[in-house]
Amino acid sequence: MKAFLGFIKKEFIHIFRDFKTMIILFGIPVTQIMIFGYAVTNEISNVKVIILDNAKDEISRDIIHKIEASRYFMIADYIQDPNDIEAYFKKGDVKEAIIFEKDLEKKLRKEGTASIQLILDAIDANTATLIESYTSSIIRTSVNEKYSNPQLIRIQPEFRMLYNENMEGTYMFVPGTMALILILISAMMTSISITKEKELGTMEILLVSPLRPTQIIIGKVIPYFFLSFINAVIILALSYFVFDVPIYGNFFLLMALSMLFIMMALSLGIMISTLSSSQQSAMMISIFVLMLPTMLLSGFIFPIDNMPTLLQLLSNVVPAKWYISIVKKIMLVGVDFQFVIKETLILFGMCILFIGVSIKRFKIRLD
Amino acid sequence: MNIIEVNHINKSFGAVRALNDIKFSVKEGEIFGLIGPDGAGKTTLFRLFTTLLLPDKGQIFINNKNVVKHYKEIRHIMGYMPGRFSLYQDLSVEENLQFFATIFQSSIEENYDLIKPIYSQIEDFKKRRAGALSGGMKQKLALSCALIHKPQILVLDEPTTGVDSVSRKEFWEILHQLKEKGITIVVSTPYMDEAGLCDRVALIQKGRILSIDTPLNIEKSFPKHLYAIKTKDMHKLIHDLEKYQYTHSTFPFGQFVHYTDKRNEFNIRDVYDYLEKNSHIQISIDKIKAGIEDCFMELMINQEEK
Amino acid sequence: MKDAERIIKVRKLYKKFGSFTANKDLNFDVYKGEIFGFLGANGAGKTTAMKILCGLSKPTSGEVKIANYDIYTQTNEIKKNIGYMSQKFSLYEDLTIKENIRLFGGIYGLSKSEIEKRGKELIKHLELEGAKDKLIKDIPLGWKQKLAFSIAVLHEPDIVFLDEPTGGVDPITRRQFWKLIYEAAGKGVTIFVTTHYMDEAEYCNRLSIMVDGEIVALDDPLSLIKQYKSSNMDEVFLKLVRKI
Repeated sequence: MKAFLGFIKKEFIHIFRDFKTMIILFGIPVTQIMIFGYAVTNEISNVKVIILDNAKDEISRDIIHKIEASRYFMIADYIQDPNDIEAYFKKGDVKEAIIFEKDLEKKLRKEGTASIQLILDAIDANTATLIESYTSSIIRTSVNEKYSNPQLIRIQPEFRMLYNENMEGTYMFVPGTMALILILISAMMTSISITKEKELGTMEILLVSPLRPTQIIIGKVIPYFFLSFINAVIILALSYFVFDVPIYGNFFLLMALSMLFIMMALSLGIMISTLSSSQQSAMMISIFVLMLPTMLLSGFIFPIDNMPTLLQLLSNVVPAKWYISIVKKIMLVGVDFQFVIKETLILFGMCILFIGVSIKRFKIRLD
Repeated sequence: MNIIEVNHINKSFGAVRALNDIKFSVKEGEIFGLIGPDGAGKTTLFRLFTTLLLPDKGQIFINNKNVVKHYKEIRHIMGYMPGRFSLYQDLSVEENLQFFATIFQSSIEENYDLIKPIYSQIEDFKKRRAGALSGGMKQKLALSCALIHKPQILVLDEPTTGVDSVSRKEFWEILHQLKEKGITIVVSTPYMDEAGLCDRVALIQKGRILSIDTPLNIEKSFPKHLYAIKTKDMHKLIHDLEKYQYTHSTFPFGQFVHYTDKRNEFNIRDVYDYLEKNSHIQISIDKIKAGIEDCFMELMINQEEK
Repeated sequence: MKDAERIIKVRKLYKKFGSFTANKDLNFDVYKGEIFGFLGANGAGKTTAMKILCGLSKPTSGEVKIANYDIYTQTNEIKKNIGYMSQKFSLYEDLTIKENIRLFGGIYGLSKSEIEKRGKELIKHLELEGAKDKLIKDIPLGWKQKLAFSIAVLHEPDIVFLDEPTGGVDPITRRQFWKLIYEAAGKGVTIFVTTHYMDEAEYCNRLSIMVDGEIVALDDPLSLIKQYKSSNMDEVFLKLVRKI
């Protein structure tokens, strides 16, 4: 056990001494999140809004006035029929419809609650969320001035995802980045660190030592498990606190399944190291077998539904596809575990497969 | 008692026969040298008995234990220093030593006495990263690491290759000190002059053992009379001797040329006359004892002829 | 020898890395057709000096001329007029013998017909006709080193630098290698060689021995052996390095 702990300590020294790699490991996820985050969250201005005012009372007029006065919004039209909304959205320039229910003020006064419906065009879901939050804050300010309790009003945002029903490709940068970074650190770094020992000749000494091969493998894996986990937390924290990406589902479930994905990636890394004898080939395999499919075939950048059938079939063997699906469902849709059982089982199966192959292939000898 | 028994080992890599019917044994407490050039099969042989490779044919026993079946036990009693510099460059001298001590379930303190004569020479640099050490210092650190668990058998693959002749001498002095402490040492080297520092040696070339014996016996078994010849123009001397009809072998050795004759019975005066006739001056011819390098080359010639 | 054409001129050469002086006041000349042995313990500063002479690194101070070209300003000319071979890197392992000859001939600016002609001679001289289409990685180390040397002098450089060219080579091939060196020197190529084999040191016309960045001895082998009251170079070396 002492020998094993000594081995893990050595691994941590390797990682922390290699300052450049550390910067890359923690720099990439942060910059990637920043770039994606800022690229999609441009400040909004002069967003075209249509209004269906069924109330036509003091409070609705006040809100409409405030919206009109805001530099963020521009009222494009007042409509009478809710069925017209679709047509406006389809033209593409109107992003939001605000619908005031009948007897708004009366309800507020008598029942202490009333609701305003917001319908948003969520082709660009990120912008849609921003518009929704700006509108809500104007509404609440208005209600607050009159009743000194902004909570009286129920705002019912409805994201009409006319062309983008499942919010594809918008908040996707979070699950995508998570998948990419975790694969990168776990699989690529472990495989490189193992092949490095082969190249240096230290693997010979390790094999000749009483240290068991399983201890060598686990010792290699543990530090990267930690690093990956920390990275996952950083990515989530950044998206949540800086870019207001919501986490609707259970945070702990998300983390638990992320750990499963990390385990899968680590076993994949070990498998790669058993297939390659040099750092260079480990790197090449990692890039072509892991990074490219993770970016191109997982739904991270290109929606899988739009791919040719062959690529769609191929995407099934890309682990990141299943992980992205898990993150998306838990984080952005907010479902329970039962809805991600399929993905979990697939990742689990892959993990077992890779571990099996690695154990079979990792030799106690050199040839 | 034989601590290592190697029985008729064969090992091929694809079509290349790396080792061909290798058989020898190493006695407990001796320094056994494997002498041969690169590509002779020394490293392959070492990897076989450090349990890193499996033989195609034959068995190796260490302490009467088969290396294939009992590799775990054998790994405990063996200290191995591979040919390449195999330490962690980004770890300091002390950290490397510490690491190898822990993975062999030992500690620096426990066996400090054993490594002290070597380690004390580099201890001043213990905070320095191993990658920044000079060649000689790296070699001493690698040896310290191989010794830290007090192995019964020390296996050193070309520890002196690329090391200057003074550091090489120091290194061999250390090996002799370790031998005094009862450690069996198996060492390989491409430097023929190091053979004399071993108790017994195996000369190895192209996967075959040419000869195994004490260095002295090998030298005695040299089948020819050997002469060291010197004249003013060494260049011409080599050239002329190569043309001489009775030349069996002629090899430059530093300031001399080592010469053997094809004939078993002859008068060396013939050679003198031949050289004089070819206008050499300041001719000196001395009968000398063969060294390991002479023997090695003679055996190589025989092997080629076969 | 002093009347011969001077190929290397080194005066007051210093090379410092921070506070560490790797080369200290080196002064020597090497003449055309000479075999000059450059000895020293590991870490004595040989490699540093060799790099400077090949034009790969600039001295901190001092004058260095290679084939009359200045090391500070004319490194391109120098590189055209030298050959280099080391134990570690010599030829491309995944190219055949013929391809290596063509490649290096081309790098050193030989014309196609010249490469063809000299390549043929070289292959014939080394008796490699049967193996010319073999990959370098499939031929024995001894052949490799002989071939590497022959390729390093293919463009008939003024001087060729050999960095431990015979490390690990069997004793017979080692001597064949030195025969090639003698032949090249006979044709007027200057040989600048480092080695750890002390018998090889005795094959050199002149030797310099470096200790701690300084040249502590420079003469022909026999004079050095006499001067240090030794029987061979090995003893001389030992005495100088251990400062007895």
